[in-house]
Amino acid sequence: MITSPANNVLLSVRDLRLSFRTFDGSYQALDRISFDLMPGESLGIVGETGCGKSVTARAILGLLPSPPAEILGGEIWFNGSNLLEANQKDLRNIRGNEISMIFQDPMTFLNPVFTIGYQLIDVIIAHNKNSRVAKKITRSQAYDVALSILEKVQLPNPHRQMDCYPHQLSGGMRQRVLIAMALCGRPKLLIADEPTTALDVTIQAQILDLIAELRKDLGLSVVLITHDLGVVASVCDRVLVMYAGQVVEDASVKALFTKPGHPYTRGLLKAVPDPLCPSKKLEAIPGNLPNLLNPPPGCRFEPRCGLANEACQKTPVLDLIDQNQQVACWNAREAVRVKN
Amino acid sequence: MAERLKTNEFAAQTFAQRNASFIRSLRLYIRTFSRNTSAMFGLLIVAIFLIVAAIGPWIVPFPEDAAGSINLDIKLKPPDSTHWFGTDEVGNDVFTRVILGTRVTLQIACIVTGVAMLIGVPLGMIAGLLGGWVQEIIMRITDIFLSIPGLVLAIAIVGALGPGIVNAMLALSLVWWPGYVRLVQAKTLALKNEIYVEAARSIGSSKMRIVFIHILPNCTSPIIIKASMDMGMAILGAASLGFLGLGAQPPYPEWGAMISVARTYLPDWWWYSFFPGMAISLTVLGFNLLGDGLRDVLDPKHRE
Amino acid sequence: MIRFVFRRLFLMAFMLLGLLAITFVISHIAPSDPAALAAGPDANVEMIERYRLEHGLDQPIYVQFATYLERLSSGNWGKSILTTRPVADDLLLYFPNTLELVVFSIAIAIVLGIPLGVIAAVHQNRLPDHLIRILTVSGVAMPMFWLGLMAQLYFALHLEWFPLGGRMDMMTDPPNPITNLLIVDAFLSGDFEVLLEALHYIVLPALALCFPALASIIRVNRAEMLETLKQDYILNSMAHGISKFRIVAMYALKNAMLPTMAMIGLRFGWMLGGTVLVETVFDWPGIGLYAVQATISSDFEPIMGATIVLGAFFMFTNLLIDMVYAWLDPRVRGQI
Repeated sequence: MITSPANNVLLSVRDLRLSFRTFDGSYQALDRISFDLMPGESLGIVGETGCGKSVTARAILGLLPSPPAEILGGEIWFNGSNLLEANQKDLRNIRGNEISMIFQDPMTFLNPVFTIGYQLIDVIIAHNKNSRVAKKITRSQAYDVALSILEKVQLPNPHRQMDCYPHQLSGGMRQRVLIAMALCGRPKLLIADEPTTALDVTIQAQILDLIAELRKDLGLSVVLITHDLGVVASVCDRVLVMYAGQVVEDASVKALFTKPGHPYTRGLLKAVPDPLCPSKKLEAIPGNLPNLLNPPPGCRFEPRCGLANEACQKTPVLDLIDQNQQVACWNAREAVRVKN
Repeated sequence: MAERLKTNEFAAQTFAQRNASFIRSLRLYIRTFSRNTSAMFGLLIVAIFLIVAAIGPWIVPFPEDAAGSINLDIKLKPPDSTHWFGTDEVGNDVFTRVILGTRVTLQIACIVTGVAMLIGVPLGMIAGLLGGWVQEIIMRITDIFLSIPGLVLAIAIVGALGPGIVNAMLALSLVWWPGYVRLVQAKTLALKNEIYVEAARSIGSSKMRIVFIHILPNCTSPIIIKASMDMGMAILGAASLGFLGLGAQPPYPEWGAMISVARTYLPDWWWYSFFPGMAISLTVLGFNLLGDGLRDVLDPKHRE
Repeated sequence: MIRFVFRRLFLMAFMLLGLLAITFVISHIAPSDPAALAAGPDANVEMIERYRLEHGLDQPIYVQFATYLERLSSGNWGKSILTTRPVADDLLLYFPNTLELVVFSIAIAIVLGIPLGVIAAVHQNRLPDHLIRILTVSGVAMPMFWLGLMAQLYFALHLEWFPLGGRMDMMTDPPNPITNLLIVDAFLSGDFEVLLEALHYIVLPALALCFPALASIIRVNRAEMLETLKQDYILNSMAHGISKFRIVAMYALKNAMLPTMAMIGLRFGWMLGGTVLVETVFDWPGIGLYAVQATISSDFEPIMGATIVLGAFFMFTNLLIDMVYAWLDPRVRGQI
């Protein structure tokens, strides 16, 4: 039975299934993705390229073009309604107003032929129109709002930057502008899709700090998508590990890094260099990603997993094996029991 | 996973083996092209056009009209079962004349495009390879030519030389060559800095060798695409000059010239202008579709 | 921006010189002896020689070129045998008509072409796109003069919706020649009857003239819109709740316009050539018709004059288009 989740949950994704129709067949991109997000929480979503993290994020905002993308099932609950059943008008109201998104490459995500100021003001005015607030905002008021948001994201010299074009700004500054754009509608939830991947390491840290500060100041919930475990460790409260379109682990950061429950998670951690132990040998996970045109029937990690047995032919569900830790693996309880 | 072969073993490979990658890409091109309906349609039209041009004089229903026979008793008859396109003012079968015009049109288009390529491609390569003031001069002259509207320049040249089909072809070639210079110069410039050209130069290959083995083959796709598009434009240009009375002179069976005479017989005898014009449109359409199809196959940037 | 304009003007001056050089060369490849031509059919050898000396035709080529330039700049563009008027006067008389026709035509092509291209892109591979594709494919294939003739046949002769040709009814009084542009003058004089009539006469020729350009502009715009709509910044705009209409009409279109502008410039050149054909078909008293009639009669000076005027006009519009391009694309502006 479909019921809306408990009142204090901000975002609840349930059993989301999605495929892409391609020339060669139906690409099963997402298989029963489920997670909850509480207000003020910071959730990281990690996984390799192609595991479906960005697809999940875009599905939440309805940004996947519908002929190739097909929602096969599931619900996305936000604010008491199922976003998958929302019409275009309601979706537009939510985009940027309640749920905002920032993207990976600030160069390609900003329109090159309009000034920063123009793009920001336009977004502010659009939000004002979409949210059907009685008072219409004027262009000059919107200008002031834009300026204040640019200050909030710590963009140096915001007055001058308003009249600049994207190509005149550095990478870090552009990303701040994107973040500013995302904050224009005063959203409750910010989804950051690999916000630092395209930036230099020093700028990465600045942007992550900025996001953390904004989260504290504005009471934002953050979903941070990344393939970099280091980023997750420093910024997130909870982590979702995805593999080939499935959620394999959902744990607090502490639990994930100290006692990873899923074999894939363990493999990921072993493949990352440990600064405290630089001579430690890195282990790659043997095998390749499955072909999602014809995915394996059960657990998608089974072909590469050392613990695989016949039970793995049936897709494991997320099982709460410990406080703050859910793992989708039939062998997880065994491992915990063995450890204890 | 190439095996290292000794020189005589290499020589012993068959032609197919040595050019395997080329044949493979050729097969891919043909497969992609044949999937494109409009391109295949264009190819069909062009094929028909070429066949008609080749065997035209032998398949016409009224071959004596080719020599310009005069049958005033059947002049200006509307289309019927014997004269599919009707007859003209001297009683010639319009269908016959249109078919004969196919050969004329093809000749003009081929010659114009051919001469333009012959002048433009080498100039473009020279400009790209030598650079410096040679390139400057060539490109400036090209720019000046390109800033005069084509037909206007052609009319000016024909005006100086006098009307006639040869002068029209010369004029059109002179209008067309700058386009090839630009295309080839840009491509040569880009290729000049490619690593493999550097490598060839560093091991001492002569300039000519570099040109023919490395640069020219890579220019062929854009040239082929442009040439197939240009055929259509050349046909239109020749027909335009013919229409203005500056190209082929009546009673030469050139489609544009036919229309210029037919004009005086509008509107009552409309078929005389209508069918040659349709012939022009269809032929140009065929070449355009073919050109588009070739571009979709050969130019990776254009794939949708 | 000012520096940009000055630099381009300087370049244009150089190109004009080149244009004049070309016309000079062309006038010298004429097989007939210019002196004999000018001296007339009854001249004997002595008179031809005297003419040659008088007009400096025995001088080396670069001196002749210099004299040529001098002559042109002093306003002497030769005399037309057909009209027996100075070519310069003829050009001044006929150029406004061509200008009107061509501007009207390109305006139609742009005003119709850009929206149709956008519509075709937004409805890609559906019915509107297919219908528009039929238009574009036929537009580039049909000869302009034939299209004009068929339009005349159907719309003027058969349906009688439009006049057959010419600029205006012979009985109508033209308005005050302020700009010499008929439509503009009629508008400025408040003479709306004449204005309507002038518009009535310009429709068919303008449609015939604009058709290939319209087709090309639609094609390019459609292709560019399709490319642009796939871009990341469009996704970003969507993610922030901007309406689809605004995304298409502003954010996407401004980016797609850049290559479209280039095509507009190119097609404008073809249009200036095409005006020759359309003016012939519709008896439109412009430079094109003037040049064609001169060519048929081997009347040489008018052909050169017309070539220079049309060439210079094309260069000038290219400059304008480059300026619009720079205004649209701030990245280009930055390089100036």
